[in-house]
Amino acid sequence: MILAATWSEIWSAWGDVFTTASLASMVAAAGPLIYATIGETITEKAGVINLSLEGSLMLSALAGFGTAFVADNVLIGFLAAAAVGAAIAALIAFASIELRLDQIAVGFVMTLLAIDLSDYLGNRFVGEAGPAVPAWPIPGLSDIPWIGEVLFDHNLSVYGSFVVVIVAYIFIYRTRRGLELQGIGERPEGAFARGVAVNRMRYFYTIVGGSLVGVAGAAFSLDQRLGWREGLTRNLGWIALAIVIFGGWHPIRVAIGAILFGFLQVVALQFQPVFPGVSQVLPTIPFPLMILALVIVYTDWFRRLGDRYPRLRGILAADPPSGIGVAFHPE
Amino acid sequence: MTTESRAERWGAIAAPIALAVLVAIVLLLLAGANPFEAFKLIGEGAFSGWANMGETLMAWVPLVLASAGLIITFNAGLWNIGIEGQIILGGIAASWAAREVGGPGWVVVPAAIIAGALGGMVWALFAGVLKTRFKVNEIFGGLGLDFVAASLAVYLVIGPWKREGVASTSGTDLFRDEALLPTVAENNRLSLVAIGLAIAGVIFVYYLMKGTMFGLRLKAVGRNVRSAFLLGIPTSRYMLGAFALCGVLAGIAGSMQAIGFHFKLIPAISGGYGFLGILVVLLAAFRAAWIAPIALFFIAMSRGSTQLALRLDIDSALGGVITGILVLLVILGGGWQARRLLRREAAS
Amino acid sequence: MSLLLENIHKRFGQVHANNGITIEIEEGTLHGLLGENGAGKSTLMKVLSGFIDRDSGRVLLDGKELDLTTPRTAIGAGVGMLHQDPLVFLPISVVDNFLMGSPGSRLLNRAEGAAELRKISEPFGFNFDPEAPARTLTVGERQQLEIVRLLWLGAKVLILDEPTTGISEIQRVDLFATLRKLAEQGMIVIFVSHKLEEVEELCQRVTVMRQGQVVGEAELPTPAETLVEMMFGQIIAESDRPHVEYGEDVLALDAVTLKEGNLTVPDLSLSVARSEVIGLAGLEGSGQRTFLGGCTGLVPALSGSITIGGQGMAKRHYRDFMRHGVHYLPAGRLEEGLVEGLTITEHFILSGEDKSFFVDWDAARQGSQENIDHFSIKGFHDSTAESLSGGNQQRLLLAMMPPGLKLLLMEHPTRGLDIESADWVWTQILARRNEGTAIVFASADLDELLRYSDRILVFFNGRVIKEVDARCTTGEQLGYLIGGKEPE
Repeated sequence: MILAATWSEIWSAWGDVFTTASLASMVAAAGPLIYATIGETITEKAGVINLSLEGSLMLSALAGFGTAFVADNVLIGFLAAAAVGAAIAALIAFASIELRLDQIAVGFVMTLLAIDLSDYLGNRFVGEAGPAVPAWPIPGLSDIPWIGEVLFDHNLSVYGSFVVVIVAYIFIYRTRRGLELQGIGERPEGAFARGVAVNRMRYFYTIVGGSLVGVAGAAFSLDQRLGWREGLTRNLGWIALAIVIFGGWHPIRVAIGAILFGFLQVVALQFQPVFPGVSQVLPTIPFPLMILALVIVYTDWFRRLGDRYPRLRGILAADPPSGIGVAFHPE
Repeated sequence: MTTESRAERWGAIAAPIALAVLVAIVLLLLAGANPFEAFKLIGEGAFSGWANMGETLMAWVPLVLASAGLIITFNAGLWNIGIEGQIILGGIAASWAAREVGGPGWVVVPAAIIAGALGGMVWALFAGVLKTRFKVNEIFGGLGLDFVAASLAVYLVIGPWKREGVASTSGTDLFRDEALLPTVAENNRLSLVAIGLAIAGVIFVYYLMKGTMFGLRLKAVGRNVRSAFLLGIPTSRYMLGAFALCGVLAGIAGSMQAIGFHFKLIPAISGGYGFLGILVVLLAAFRAAWIAPIALFFIAMSRGSTQLALRLDIDSALGGVITGILVLLVILGGGWQARRLLRREAAS
Repeated sequence: MSLLLENIHKRFGQVHANNGITIEIEEGTLHGLLGENGAGKSTLMKVLSGFIDRDSGRVLLDGKELDLTTPRTAIGAGVGMLHQDPLVFLPISVVDNFLMGSPGSRLLNRAEGAAELRKISEPFGFNFDPEAPARTLTVGERQQLEIVRLLWLGAKVLILDEPTTGISEIQRVDLFATLRKLAEQGMIVIFVSHKLEEVEELCQRVTVMRQGQVVGEAELPTPAETLVEMMFGQIIAESDRPHVEYGEDVLALDAVTLKEGNLTVPDLSLSVARSEVIGLAGLEGSGQRTFLGGCTGLVPALSGSITIGGQGMAKRHYRDFMRHGVHYLPAGRLEEGLVEGLTITEHFILSGEDKSFFVDWDAARQGSQENIDHFSIKGFHDSTAESLSGGNQQRLLLAMMPPGLKLLLMEHPTRGLDIESADWVWTQILARRNEGTAIVFASADLDELLRYSDRILVFFNGRVIKEVDARCTTGEQLGYLIGGKEPE
């Protein structure tokens, strides 16, 4: 009964996945997730785990929508959301660096607190229609057949996500400061010996990462999911954390992971009418697939891929920065 | 070694509480409500009337059981985020027993509780095997399993176990009367069986950790896996044991939810008590003796604040906000205290 | 150009690690800082290189006071430090390691960096592959990279903290040649060590520290006894090697191949008798640790047979080896041996023989106090492991050993310990030896290997290349062997 779909149904559903409209929506849907995952990648590359993403996304989505609604200005909404994300991240950094507390414990508490805060404060805005990021097809580029609609017929928020990935990659792997960032997370004593202000930089990068998470929240409430309701970004914070691991803390691979997740969701959506019996379960398939992906990433076989393809070693890396999660103290 | 004075220790506890209360007052004022009326309502919401007290205590039971289980996994150095899924599987297994097992109450009820314990244990062992054998961090393994468990519950409720004619996410049919926990009175959910299990759970965990070799070895595993291994402790086995024991307690919590509180299977059978349990244990500073009163406080806040929504038009999430802020402030305050002591010691 | 350390003081709580240190060094000098473990040398160098703040005193270079508040300002002032374990970033490439932390353009110019690296390395004969990840470099090569980097950043004072641990004789000779060249170019080289012979070979002047103070200075060459007397405050007599009867074979390896991670140690064959002491010599990562792991079931044997006391142990688990009278003492006292946060009493409970399920805390505390007294552990029964000093941690670990062992395996038993603790450790070990326990230990201290071993196995590149009689081998010969070369 469950698998009683005909081949033609399956084939046409699969084909529907790859229409330009579908792919375009996939690129747009991945946008907010890319902000969040790249932000967390930066934070973790610096050696700090911001576990609060599930809560940060929710609260900053609310902050973004709420301020944009009140001020009738999308940009202010994004700034407010970024500020909220940054504030939560700064608190975690402070608790770890100054108070020597466990980053995971503080992050977890912040998660639940931020979710409850967003529920409490968000009541006022449920069901309201607010400003949205205006569409902005890039003149010229958006007319290119197929690619034009998929990549260039979106808005600033989505284009921003492309930019963020590229900037993150260039910064981390091609600049002096980016190299120092790698050092801070990999071996803070070594970076300290090189004269890098480790803790100051950890604050900085945690806040930058947190701001990006905030922007992601706004990208949800002011663009992709327009509006506010309880559970607007449910589970996406946890998914983002998993994507960072799956992406090996490399911006390009992480972005691919985010897009892959969007792809899986589109597939699930297109196949819902084909397999009606399991329609409730399909959207949750990405989550156990995440576990599977994590299992694979840690196997010997995957690790040895880096040896077989040395040029790809950077992008195939699976290990976290060695100094992650542990506070650094010079004495 | 410099130790803190009595005054300092009490200050460290009182200050965060005072601050949390202050924040609560501010939030309430901002929402246009009278703080004192709000606090009174919260108390009423939780404790006024016998039936109400009964429900509060029945909500307290699964939280205590989950928290007790988490103390075991925390001692093993594990962040058992998968506990939500373990409670859900306990609820599912107990629901299965309630539906399938025939016979009088004294047969079905223990069957449901045991089924719940096994269900939670098996689900916890999945997370354990993912960690020990496949090196998947228990946070993400647990999360994934939480999602799967939640989907499973939804699937059962609107699929094979759906209500006659109506497939509704509000839950399955009610279980037959014999399958439910025996209560103290007709209109009261309070069941002494549940209370007894909760207390037994706490006592069990307390003595397990303090007075047994298992507890001491588990503590070693939690602090330093490598050293524990070289000392001759089978670390993987102990971690799996911790997962299993926590799963048993979580599963019993789930069974309490199924046959003692909701009387049916609902998708949200875990009631969020898994994650809430983590907060309880953090606030209790991992001390088994403190989880019972702290859990009661959490439940009171949670149930009491639904009154706020009804009577003062304030979102019931305020309860969670207050308890969340309290936990955060206590943790931060504890870290601050520790730093002050360290600095004082270095200066001497 | 001259460097003057003026009246440096540094306290850590009760310990006065640097007590009024004054040293003057002229440019182009190879200056040794000699003293045994715990004398305060490392603290002084950390102060000088900006890692920790001094309590009082000044440091002047050419009469100008230096800002040494952080490593960055120290390098800016021209003071660079080479750590015992060079702080390189393992997954990052050589050229990136070279460039990290240096001032320059915002965008990394790796080609330029590689060229600079080659230019500076050439006169010293160093050879680097800029793209390779730093984890592929040996310890000696990592030192070279660091030296070159510090030079590039304009170091005028180079501090080397115990640089010869973990490098072979050949590499040591190369290092000394490099240092001499640097001194010729006018650099001040401070060579910190507890090894008398090396300081004698390399340095022109030496300052001797003991218990936080400068106890003497000397122009080299100077009779060794003078220096020894300054270091220890007394003449240390060479103890005679006692005669010991060996028992039956307790450990027998036959064509055993071990594999740990990337390292495969093939074809090991060895018999060890009761009361025999076997030393394992070799550079870090040459296979000694793997060998020890194989003898206790931590590292699986791919082929061959291992017998303990006549019992075949192939494919058996670590805990089985424990049950057959094998005990393993790892190098990392707090990382692998003890559990941070647990008390002394709890450690004794965990290592005890009691099989019961419940813990009798009263009895445990009593037994713990007895052990503390018997082994002179400076601590209370509720002291946590991390609150003990290194020496006392080692005492605790030795006290936790079960009696009547067949085989005792140890990794670096006296690493980081002062002479008094090290002596005490060996007294305990030899007592066990006299009771019939076979001892196999790995050490980076060639003196320790030669002094206590009956036979020494030399490891190089993952295999045993030679077995020597400790009684007829010199330190220099052993040094050549661990580098894979036949002694000249």
